[in-house]
Amino acid sequence: MVTASDRCGVLPHADFQRLLNVLTEKGYRVVGPVVRDGSVMWETVERTADLPIGWRDQQEPGRYRLEQSGDDRIFGVVHGPQSLKPFSFTPREALLTIERSKNSFASVPTLPKSEKVAILGARACDVAGLAMQDRIFLRDAYADPYYQARRNSMFVVAVNCTRALTTCFCASMGTGPGATSGFDLALTELETVFLIEAGSSEGNDILSALAIDPSSPAQIDEAEANISSCAMNQTRRLNTAELPGALYEAHEHSHWDDVAGRCLACANCTMVCPTCFCHTVEETPDLTGQRTEHARLWDSCFTQDHGYIHGKNIRPTIKDRYRMWLTHKLASWIDQFGASGCVGCGRCITWCPVGIDLTEELSALLKPSIRTQQKPGQV
Amino acid sequence: MAESDQPGHREEAHTNRARPRLGVFRFASCDGCQLSILNLEDDLLALGQALDIAYFPEASSGMKPGPYDIVLVEGSITTPEDAARILALREQAATLITIGACATAGGIQALRNWADVESFKRAVYPSPQYIQSLGTSTPISAHVQVDFELWGCPIDKGQLLRVITDLLAGVRPRLFADSVCIECKRRGNVCVMVASGVPCLGPVTRTGCGAICPSMGRDCYGCFGPTEGARTGPGLPPNTASLANRFHQGLRLIPIEVVRRFRGINGAVESFKQESEAWERKT
Ligand code: SF4
Ligand code: SF4
Ligand code: SF4
Ligand code: SF4
Ligand code: SF4
Repeated sequence: MVTASDRCGVLPHADFQRLLNVLTEKGYRVVGPVVRDGSVMWETVERTADLPIGWRDQQEPGRYRLEQSGDDRIFGVVHGPQSLKPFSFTPREALLTIERSKNSFASVPTLPKSEKVAILGARACDVAGLAMQDRIFLRDAYADPYYQARRNSMFVVAVNCTRALTTCFCASMGTGPGATSGFDLALTELETVFLIEAGSSEGNDILSALAIDPSSPAQIDEAEANISSCAMNQTRRLNTAELPGALYEAHEHSHWDDVAGRCLACANCTMVCPTCFCHTVEETPDLTGQRTEHARLWDSCFTQDHGYIHGKNIRPTIKDRYRMWLTHKLASWIDQFGASGCVGCGRCITWCPVGIDLTEELSALLKPSIRTQQKPGQV
Repeated sequence: MAESDQPGHREEAHTNRARPRLGVFRFASCDGCQLSILNLEDDLLALGQALDIAYFPEASSGMKPGPYDIVLVEGSITTPEDAARILALREQAATLITIGACATAGGIQALRNWADVESFKRAVYPSPQYIQSLGTSTPISAHVQVDFELWGCPIDKGQLLRVITDLLAGVRPRLFADSVCIECKRRGNVCVMVASGVPCLGPVTRTGCGAICPSMGRDCYGCFGPTEGARTGPGLPPNTASLANRFHQGLRLIPIEVVRRFRGINGAVESFKQESEAWERKT
């Protein structure tokens, strides 16, 4: 949220290119949302005009459409299917190459080459998702070196939300619509100017290099008001009051059968989720059997292999798998990592091909089970 | 074929032992999958060194008799003659792998299963009595035991190479049965179904192609067949009913269009077959 005015500057829309230039001069490749195939995806941007000026997104369960916004906002599009996840936890990461020698073998880690990347346009929910992934991948003594290397080279420019999608519910998760920490710079887009706030020393450096005027208290008030109204305009909310306990109690709820009838077990929801971290590993040997590459790939609790243990699949049905996903996301995640696995971005709702909405499924699961009502005591 | 997995033994295996013998056989098909083998280009040379390519008429005139260590079968069974030929071939094959939708699922020619083949014969040939043809196109697994199935129309050449590499190394090939969507998302595509409203079969189609079609902005038409519970082996039957409902109610496809989505290259596989027949009853 926009706070200390001494660390907050004003950049006119017309001068936005200067931010791109300063980041480039500091050695960052700048990446931002770029219109592609009916949505926005992270791509390298060199000019302000590469950004989705004059577009906005409409999202609903199973449906995404871009439309002309009728204004010239630069960040009118809230988000596309990608969170920040692909930057630090990549869809496929080569981990090792293993090579045979005469009587032995050698394995060589293939750490990613560090390339400074500045990501322009992350939303508060994305920043919260990244913080959760940090908690998972950089835990205590078990920091993942691949994630760490990529994470260290990221510079995050957040954009506070002033327009809520129908699928957003970050306000009910306490993760947005304004970013409060975990960014290097945070922008708030007003009518003709951006307010820019620094959230790290690297961010301060950029802010200094920009040499812009400090914001006025009135501008800060305006930004705050726009962010608050975005929160109030959110129509979805997740009922977190009784979590995690209520979901554990709902383990045998009749509603799981209902959602299993709709779910395709396609895994799109876990792929687009900023916090899902499951992965599998695969080997790619060459034909001579002398060399192999060991890589990890995004996986999901919706796949067959994910539930396969010692000759048996412990989650053979779609019901088992959907229950795994929702229970992990909203309940056991809290036991595991101290906070919900959901940051309220709404991506799993939009990008589910059949429009399954976890907020509605949770509401149904918190109501008494039909089966339990009919046969008291039976689970 | 199983080698010792101790380091160092491998090299010896390649130089001193006889190379495993490969046979490639064709049944009712278009040759496309065999062409995928030829398209391996550089890897083809390595393959020729690792294997003794004993029978592969599409590639070489030297056709040596069996038995073979690895037999690749392209095509489905559509004639009484082929039904007998596959039984004999199975006896010559230590490991039998079907390659492509025809061999694995009956192929596009299985559309005849819903039609009257006799009337086709009468319409096309002046003397239909000479045409020996079965009323159905069936996959190889309907006739003999199949060790591994490679889906796709055509197959993914990288997947084939991978399976042969695994067999040479003495490990069981790992073939993912996940949805195309997973690979589609890994590749960073925008979902064509959600963003453009086209009826993509990716959610119920098995991975393997690298999500080619959505990467080119079009909908998957299911050429790799249904996901895990396809027809053989353990696993979950894909939820084709929910996807079909979405096509009809969300994307406004009329029932006959839903039938056509599921009755394509892999239309004869049980889950897709049941779905197309259910929607045919609504037309
Ligand atoms: S919800 Fe599923 S895919 Fe996501 S982290 Fe949990 S187990 Fe993994
Ligand atoms: S569960 Fe859904 S809404 Fe929550 S963070 Fe993941 S994708 Fe976003
Ligand atoms: S909830 Fe939706 S996106 Fe997730 S697996 Fe089921 S059908 Fe796919
Ligand atoms: S485009 Fe098709 S394959 Fe890709 S995610 Fe969407 S439904 Fe799945
Ligand atoms: S996307 Fe679907 S139709 Fe296209 S090649 Fe892959 S499996 Fe076949």
